[in-house]
Amino acid sequence: MSGLVATLKRICSERDGRLGLAFTLAILVFALVGPLVSPDPNAIDIKARFAPPELTHLLGTDNLGRDLLARTSVGTRYALTLAVMIVVISSVIGSLIGIVAGIASGWVDRAVTAAFDIVNAFPPLILAFALIALYGKGSATFVLLVTVVFIPQFGRMARARAQTLRTLSFIEAERMLAVHPVTIVVRHYLPNVAGPIIVLASMNLPVVIAFEASLSFLGFGVQPPKSSLGTLIKDGFVSINQSWWPTVAAALVLAIATLGATLLGEALRRVIDPKNAVVR
Amino acid sequence: MSKSQRIAIFIASRLASVVLTMAGATLLLFLMVRLVPGDFTSVMLGPRATPELRAQITHDMGLDRSMIEQLWLFASRAATGNFGEDVVSHRPILDIVLDVIPNTLALAFSALALALIVGIPIGIIAALKPGSWLDSGLALLSISFITTPTLVVSVILFLIFAIGLHWLPVAGAGDPGDIMDRLRHLILPSVALALGWVGYISRLVRAALLDTLAELHVRTLRAYGVSEYRIVGLYALKLALVPVVSILGIGLGDLIGSSVVVEIIFARSGIGSLIFNSIAQRNYPVVQACVVFIVAFYIVANLVVDMINALLDPRIAAGRG
Repeated sequence: MSGLVATLKRICSERDGRLGLAFTLAILVFALVGPLVSPDPNAIDIKARFAPPELTHLLGTDNLGRDLLARTSVGTRYALTLAVMIVVISSVIGSLIGIVAGIASGWVDRAVTAAFDIVNAFPPLILAFALIALYGKGSATFVLLVTVVFIPQFGRMARARAQTLRTLSFIEAERMLAVHPVTIVVRHYLPNVAGPIIVLASMNLPVVIAFEASLSFLGFGVQPPKSSLGTLIKDGFVSINQSWWPTVAAALVLAIATLGATLLGEALRRVIDPKNAVVR
Repeated sequence: MSKSQRIAIFIASRLASVVLTMAGATLLLFLMVRLVPGDFTSVMLGPRATPELRAQITHDMGLDRSMIEQLWLFASRAATGNFGEDVVSHRPILDIVLDVIPNTLALAFSALALALIVGIPIGIIAALKPGSWLDSGLALLSISFITTPTLVVSVILFLIFAIGLHWLPVAGAGDPGDIMDRLRHLILPSVALALGWVGYISRLVRAALLDTLAELHVRTLRAYGVSEYRIVGLYALKLALVPVVSILGIGLGDLIGSSVVVEIIFARSGIGSLIFNSIAQRNYPVVQACVVFIVAFYIVANLVVDMINALLDPRIAAGRG
């Protein structure tokens, strides 16, 4: 806990860290508190469609008269949930594959590296497109398919780290003492890979947020009746001639979320720089 | 070993890895499509599946033969650019793809050029006065450019300049015969696409320039009384641009990938909107062909950049046997 406080203090000691923290907190409050204090995001009121921002609807209403403040905050929450899930799952799977490849070396390592290279030969958005088009659009499928796109980065990082660790004498010693490989992985590899992976994950969070928004905007991500920032931008964009603020509101929230997450991630990286990290 | 031999070996090994990656990507693409659950002809044809079309697809893709033969058929066709005939328009798929590629390339290259023209000076200005308010302001600007999703930039530019001010055209790629019209249609999409890379390149140039300016040979130049502007302009900048060249390959690939969003918003024809529309129509043979093209382009762009880099980087050139 004191480590967390110290990290926060160091993040707050510079401008970009403070800005990142402020933006991120603002977005979190908007996503978590917004739905509690605003009207039902799915309540349709046709007579009040395309209402401009006013006291009862702070962000106005959409083409079905639904309150946009409520929809935007719920959409933000859903977009963040999806992004966090994708980052967590791809970092965990990527780390495990990377550690195995780094320890095993030989043909296992070569096969894993080749697989990462092949996945990276596709531009990410195009690969996600093709996968989603072929394998369906449900939320769980969506998370898993986007995960595939992001696994290689984590895998590469974990593999490089594992290769360095493998040659260290204390790990060699345990191997000679016939400590079970799984025990060695849990006791030494995981804690030592965790630092850089957490930093990479935090830097990837805004990328995934933007990625999800793009896919949802194009109709490959979140499906109605659920909404995310991407679908909100799209819904607003479709009726842009009637009203422009729904699109702008969702776009601004998206921009603030990605900027905040990036600034915070970079501040975090400077605090726990993997280059300076001491092997425990 | 002579310098040219080293470079030859480097090129040969990179070529080999390019061929392997391309083969792997083709295999992945083949498996991706073939492992879709359900009857394959229905998957490929969707609502258009008539018995005749099913028979055509079965014949075209060799579905009545073994998996290995099918893979060979797919790979050899991908290699020769023979993707068969489109079941919707009855045109060769290759022609459909080749029709839209110039539009996407114009978009990607103009965005890249814009990113270089704007990004490099910003990076130099920031590096000349490190730690100043100008530097920290530019740093925040650059990072905002990087983090703002292309989607957001496109939508906002579209709203302000096309819908609000009516300065620039709303949609399309312009009249094919009219260069000025095409350029006007290119402005908003390429700015939208370039913005993130402006930020990225400016940060890269700043970091590389600061590294170079801290080196001993630059200190020697300073000791000789060479002015700071001369040092940057004549000596340091050349070295600072090496990392910029090395990310251009990734940059082009990324720009082509992100062009989907931009092409949809600005209703431009291009490979991104072709993929998008073909997916919507469940016209998978066209999607496959587009993806093969994009992956090949991505890999070749990275190869070319690696080679340019090998020629620029003094460490490779210095290897005299």
